[in-house]
Amino acid sequence: MSAARVGVVTFPGTLDDQDAARAVRYAGGEAVPLWHADPDLKGVDAVFLPGGFSYGDYLRCGAISRFAPLMEELIPAAKAGLPVLGTCNGFQILCEAHLLPGALMRNAGLHYVCRDQGIRVESTATPWTSDFAEGQELVLPIKHGEGRYVADEATLSALEASGRVVFRYSGGNPNGSLNDIAGICNEAGNIVGLMPHPEHALEDLTGAPSTDGRGFFTSILKKLVNA
Amino acid sequence: MARVIVDVMLKPEILDAQGQAIARALPRLGFSGVSAVRQGKRFEVELDGPADEAALSDVRKMAETLLANTVIEDFTVTVAE
Repeated sequence: MSAARVGVVTFPGTLDDQDAARAVRYAGGEAVPLWHADPDLKGVDAVFLPGGFSYGDYLRCGAISRFAPLMEELIPAAKAGLPVLGTCNGFQILCEAHLLPGALMRNAGLHYVCRDQGIRVESTATPWTSDFAEGQELVLPIKHGEGRYVADEATLSALEASGRVVFRYSGGNPNGSLNDIAGICNEAGNIVGLMPHPEHALEDLTGAPSTDGRGFFTSILKKLVNA
Repeated sequence: MARVIVDVMLKPEILDAQGQAIARALPRLGFSGVSAVRQGKRFEVELDGPADEAALSDVRKMAETLLANTVIEDFTVTVAE
């Protein structure tokens, strides 16, 4: 059986696509490069939206990327159930595209935050987190200036009540996110966004704070192989 | 030819960390009597034709679609003198 194919999207200004592609290969999948200007998902089984500063973060983070030609294909596919993971700028793009509720705003402390961060897994019911245990504590790198998750009260209580808060910061909130939210998913659970960077926490060799990022990639690949 | 102004402001309930930092800087610079500052964006949209109802409706659509994120921001559209 051929390896599961995970698309990795590159916009102008994307930074983490090479690490993301490597993480997919490391877990045994095939990483398929997807280009923002090419409205073709190339038949992939899942999509990783990496971090960076797509379109220079002009206007708002993710505001312009969401209208890229590739997104015209990705948005309906994600709504139809294609597994999509957005990290950092990818999370911002998913919110701007209204695939996830709420928005990510300037960190409450205004500083760009770059550090190793404790993250608690709150839901293993998504295709990207099934290899974790509920309540498991991870350490993942974060690096962002606009990671403060906000949503109106109704949205926030709906997220909490339906178990759609997938990750929470632990050991201190780095950016002022409401309810310490680090990551969320859509109602169906196939679309997950988070600010931390699993693709940078793969191997000890690179000075990563942990290898906790592997679980995201092993989760999705198991899911795709068993599908 | 007309110019239409779109002002985009964070919704009142959204914490404006940048506005707060500006407000905190003002007393240090000798400006007193400021109780709060909120920061927004202003877009000047130049139209090819007149700012009639159809054109304004288009600008409002632009604002909703791209210029503002209505999850966190409100906008107003006005025609410049």
